[in-house]
Amino acid sequence: MTHRKTAALLSIIPGMGQFYNKQFVKGFAFLFLAICYFIAFLDFLNIGLWGIVTLGTEVPRDHSIFLLVNGVISILVVGIGLGFYYFNIYDAFQNGKKRDNGVKLNTLKEQYHNVVDKGFPYLMVGPGFLLLIFVVIFPIIFMLLLAFTNYNLYNSPPAKLVDWVGFKNFIEIFSLDIWRETFISVFAWTIIWTFTATTLQVSVGIFLAVVLNQKEIKFKGIIRTLLILPWAVPAFVSILIFSGLFNDTFGAINQSILAPLGIDSIPWMTDPFYTKVALIFIQSWLGFPFIMAMTTGVLQSIPGELYEAATVDGASNWDKFRKITLPMVLFTTAPILITQYTFNFNNFNVIYLFNNGGPAVADQNAGGTDILISWIYNLTMTSAQYSKAAAVTVLLSLIIVSLALWQFRKTKSFKDEGMI
Amino acid sequence: MSIKTARRIRLTLSYLVLLSAIAIVVYPILWVIGSSFNPGNTLSSSTIIPKNATLAHYKELFAETDYLIWYWNTLKICFITMVLSVIFIGLTAYAFSRYKFIGRKNGLLLFLILQMIPQFVAILAIYILAYQVGLLDTHFALILVYVGGLIPMNTYLAKNYYDTIPKELDESARIDGAGHFRIFWQIILPLSKPILAVIALFSFISPFADFILASILISSDEKMTLAVGLFNMIKNEFGNSFTLFAAGSVLVAIPIGLLFLSLQRYFISGLTAGGTKG
Repeated sequence: MTHRKTAALLSIIPGMGQFYNKQFVKGFAFLFLAICYFIAFLDFLNIGLWGIVTLGTEVPRDHSIFLLVNGVISILVVGIGLGFYYFNIYDAFQNGKKRDNGVKLNTLKEQYHNVVDKGFPYLMVGPGFLLLIFVVIFPIIFMLLLAFTNYNLYNSPPAKLVDWVGFKNFIEIFSLDIWRETFISVFAWTIIWTFTATTLQVSVGIFLAVVLNQKEIKFKGIIRTLLILPWAVPAFVSILIFSGLFNDTFGAINQSILAPLGIDSIPWMTDPFYTKVALIFIQSWLGFPFIMAMTTGVLQSIPGELYEAATVDGASNWDKFRKITLPMVLFTTAPILITQYTFNFNNFNVIYLFNNGGPAVADQNAGGTDILISWIYNLTMTSAQYSKAAAVTVLLSLIIVSLALWQFRKTKSFKDEGMI
Repeated sequence: MSIKTARRIRLTLSYLVLLSAIAIVVYPILWVIGSSFNPGNTLSSSTIIPKNATLAHYKELFAETDYLIWYWNTLKICFITMVLSVIFIGLTAYAFSRYKFIGRKNGLLLFLILQMIPQFVAILAIYILAYQVGLLDTHFALILVYVGGLIPMNTYLAKNYYDTIPKELDESARIDGAGHFRIFWQIILPLSKPILAVIALFSFISPFADFILASILISSDEKMTLAVGLFNMIKNEFGNSFTLFAAGSVLVAIPIGLLFLSLQRYFISGLTAGGTKG
């Protein structure tokens, strides 16, 4: 039997392979870590893994949701443990291989330097990644699992146990009339909202930048500063101000602007259609300054000779805009424009702070202007439909992840073209 | 039509467009400033030019609400989040930019996906986790969640910037005997100040603007942040304290707006760098 196989086999008990390779300090370190791991986690893992499989068997002793949390953490801990275990076997195998080939093994000092050298990037990434695991990755895994349970208002601990129900939530979203209709209408509005609001804010931003950057315009600095104000004021403040401005009965839009023009009060907050109009207006108001500021930067980098040459060739202003300005702007800012779309797809603040996703609509369990993300919030916080909310979250995440991967490939191809 | 008239028409139209844009942009801001000086309490008494201007609402804000505490909480949370984020992100991005290690590629892909999924889709999980470790209703939990949420996107920003710093610099330093950390501290860090400044700005502003996480994790009045406090002020009392809210928002908008305007070119450079090279 070769050294590599013996060492790897002995490593089934962590450290033994290293002892076999006569690397005693390292072997002892592995053994010590393994013993610590079991002493520290054995009970926790035992209960955690039992809990995540059964979600509890007795009321009120078992609290299903806490068991689920512990279960997910157990799985993460097991994952980290397996990683170490794999590394232990891999290390014994590699050193055994060196012995087979007659290569001298590293001395303790060399091992130390090796660890410091190779370990440095992990040391750098480690703290941030650990935090990420607990506050971002763990919650996402938890929601993913929750989507396959029956956790809701009527079925919640400590009074009742939660059970695994497989794909029931997903099937119900698409088979029960009220859920299917709500999902379709919310999803449709999310798409319409994303496209209209974003496209409008982008067009207004580019348009104003082009108008402002004509060389004859005076007071450019002051005008630009004024127009950038919506970006400077924190968005939550502006949105709350707008919810006052658009108030049906007392708001200044109806009272001070429309009334003097002889237009009757418009039900901004109580009619879904007008709420949608108001929301798109508000988002354009909030979003155009950034696009404008960015476009200004691009415009100033377009060489003046291009325009002079075009003038010599007899191009009109419109031609110049269409053939030079717009392509340049769109091409250089395309990746950012894409992020604007994904931002609005998940723009919870404007929808929720303006009118709580309302007004309420008959025959569905979402408000008239709820987008997916605010619907999830309301399902969780107001109607306590936890597992349904989790199922919608999973669907939403699937959409976003596929978009993200698509964008990733896009930007790659952008890079390869060497234009940016 | 001569060229001159055409030009005059174009300019007139341009000024008209700009003026109406300014009017639309400025109106809500002036209106809320006006409202904050209005004597009445409600929305209906809010006008852009107050008749009997009064500072009563500002006094009430300081004397009868927790406004100053919210302000202090928010600044504190934002500042700590900023410091921690810059440290975590600066280190993580350095490893991703300069080292080849197992898991690097998957790590980058994971970050790319995570930055697309808004953190608060998992509010319920975050809430339960905070509850279980006994950190519910603490600023500490909120800060941890903010820092974690900022890592994926901003790591990309910093990594892209580090990538533009020539590797030859590190190598020559290594030949001169500098260790890993020293290269980072004495060569990379000073050269990447601009992007770290941008990340500091982002990590200060995003907790400031957050409503949802703060509204879920914090429940006691004296621990609230400005976003939650002001939201409750306007929603809980059916617009009956609208002018009070107006005063509160003016005091938020002015300092943050000025800070922003003085630093806006960093924002643009940061966001552009993130988008074009992502």
